[in-house]
Amino acid sequence: MLEIKNLHANVGDKEILKGLTLTIETGKVHAIMGPNGSGKSTLSYVLAGREGYTVTAGSITYNGEDLLALKTEERAAKRIFLAMQYPVEIPGVTTMNFLKTALNAQRRARGESEYDAISILKLVRAKARVLQVNEEMLKRALNVGFSGGEKKRLEILQMSLFEPKLAVLDETDSGLDIDALKLVAEGVNALRSPERSMLVITHYQRLLDYIVPDRIHVLANGRMVAEGGKELAHELEATGYGDLGKVPA
Amino acid sequence: MSADTDTKDQVAALGEKYKYGFVTDIEMDKAPKGLNADIVRFISAKKDEPEWMLEWRLAAFRRWGEMTEPNWARLRYNKIDYQDAYYYAAPKSTEKYKDLDEVDPKLLETYKKLGIPLSEQKMLAGVAVDAVFDSVSVATTFKGKLNEAGVIFCPMSEAIRDYSDLVRKYLGTVVPVTDNFFATLNSAVFSDGTFVYVPKGVRCPMELSTYFRINASQTGQFERTLIVADEGSYVSYLEGCTAPMRDENQLHAAVVELVALEGAEIKYSTVQNWYPGDENGKGGIYNFVTKRGDCRGARSKISWTQVETGSAITWKYPSCILRGDDSVGEFYSIAITNNYQQADTGTKMIHLGKNTRSRIISKGISAGKAQNTYRGLVSVHAKAANARNYTQCDSLLIGSQCGAHTVPYIESRNPTARLEHEATTSKIAEDQLFYCLQRGLTAEEAVALIVNGFCKEVLQQLPMEFAVEAQKLVGISLEGSVG
Repeated sequence: MLEIKNLHANVGDKEILKGLTLTIETGKVHAIMGPNGSGKSTLSYVLAGREGYTVTAGSITYNGEDLLALKTEERAAKRIFLAMQYPVEIPGVTTMNFLKTALNAQRRARGESEYDAISILKLVRAKARVLQVNEEMLKRALNVGFSGGEKKRLEILQMSLFEPKLAVLDETDSGLDIDALKLVAEGVNALRSPERSMLVITHYQRLLDYIVPDRIHVLANGRMVAEGGKELAHELEATGYGDLGKVPA
Repeated sequence: MSADTDTKDQVAALGEKYKYGFVTDIEMDKAPKGLNADIVRFISAKKDEPEWMLEWRLAAFRRWGEMTEPNWARLRYNKIDYQDAYYYAAPKSTEKYKDLDEVDPKLLETYKKLGIPLSEQKMLAGVAVDAVFDSVSVATTFKGKLNEAGVIFCPMSEAIRDYSDLVRKYLGTVVPVTDNFFATLNSAVFSDGTFVYVPKGVRCPMELSTYFRINASQTGQFERTLIVADEGSYVSYLEGCTAPMRDENQLHAAVVELVALEGAEIKYSTVQNWYPGDENGKGGIYNFVTKRGDCRGARSKISWTQVETGSAITWKYPSCILRGDDSVGEFYSIAITNNYQQADTGTKMIHLGKNTRSRIISKGISAGKAQNTYRGLVSVHAKAANARNYTQCDSLLIGSQCGAHTVPYIESRNPTARLEHEATTSKIAEDQLFYCLQRGLTAEEAVALIVNGFCKEVLQQLPMEFAVEAQKLVGISLEGSVG
């Protein structure tokens, strides 16, 4: 469902991705591991279409469509979701209002009817319970004053609400203690489905004990350097990224 | 429906640009161009005013001739030629009708486009509308219901004739004839406006609302509003303003006076979206307005809320004179400037009485090449023991070519005063925009959402039915500011 071929991408003048190739299959959970600075987050931003992340060569095909020709919000409407490492705060905008605005914007873009406030409230409440996101959180301004765990749970709640076909989880484990991590991982696992692909980006193997991937790819210095099954995570845990990082550029 | 949920309509309204920029084609009855004592007499005669009113106007006109236009605001604009404008314009047919059915259908159509039906619908919404079309009040609704409560709500010209003593007692007592260049000009040539009197102990049974609209080309609009809340009464009043698109600049110099007697409360809300000029800064309204409230009695309260999104130039400082002991003044403001708009706006809180309190919440949003200045005075006089003020000025910048300026003046002559001032300046962060886009919002929807969040404290102060409109305006007025 997603084919990345020979992708080169710059941030500013600096080339970060240097010929990355990756195929993600429908309904599978792929994990990308790699050391700091290897280009993991850059890949997630390129997939989402963030301004300032420029593709200089290569292609990305998403369900047969040229992904790079789509605007950021069009990709969202076509069900690409990025759970962010650092969810931003938007003062004065309640979480509930944000969820409603975003969901309706996506639905409108897909030519679907919009939900009224009450239907959305019902929908969100049902999904929120699983993730222990309470009413009070939904009434607070988006991410303002939220703990690290609350922010990540809210990201997963949005993933659940927007029903993506491709969900990219960027360092979802960062800043979480073990209980919070378990809760988030349960939320993610509940969303695994034959129609949904996931790309889990992480520095540590720890997350992959709870979200067990179908495939693991190792990214170093802007390109894929290794690939394997779920056992690869534990091998990396033992050997570290040391050798892989030294692949000639 | 809460103020922050109506995003559906808000989004639908995006892309409409200045939807109020139509011109109603009806025959106008105009005074000759220019300004002199005869024009003042002409206006007064047209309105069939008593002699004292004419004298009042002429005195103002003489005084105005001795004054010079102020230039201390952070505003740059072409010199206004006061002789190159009409000072009176009225739809020709209005002289006859007394009933809504007789009103020119084209006029009613105009109001319909503005979204203010003068019919049953507003009754359901509980809003009484005194619609001012250029210089003459066209129709006033709900007089009956208000009469029952003893509330007077009528065009100023009518009030001058029918409630002469009451008007004479209060007119010019808050904003004196000699107050400033624009107020003095208004005193000489004001054409119409609204008069409200709420008797002792009466809580006005509905929101009062006036829509002002400048239609005729090259016509200044000089409306005059006077609201008197007698002891222990309460009234909430909203004015909304729109004006058609024109290449030349039109002058708007209004005066609003509020008087709150002992224990009375006045809530005055403005949603101003006069034509702001085009994206190159051509055309637009010059908005020089003097608004002031006098908390004359003990325990009285005056609260100003303004949403200023229009006009090429805005010069406006709705103020409170806190004369009565324990009186309260509030100023909640959103000022949005885009393209080449310039706003210099703020408030004055003058603490004269004991235990007086004031609160200022100002939200300035600047985009394009616009300049946005908050200018505010908090003054505590010697006898104002235990006065308190809290001021919060937040500025939000969109893009890198606009400006935000905060000019607070604080004077305290009483050591017991407690004054707080907080100010912040921020930009819409790229990561906020990206976050919204990734969740499916377009850039313009994202800006509207973020800015509405920024303005929330002020939007919450508006009466519900207008909060929704104001929220939409926030989005519309920032169109084209990103992407």
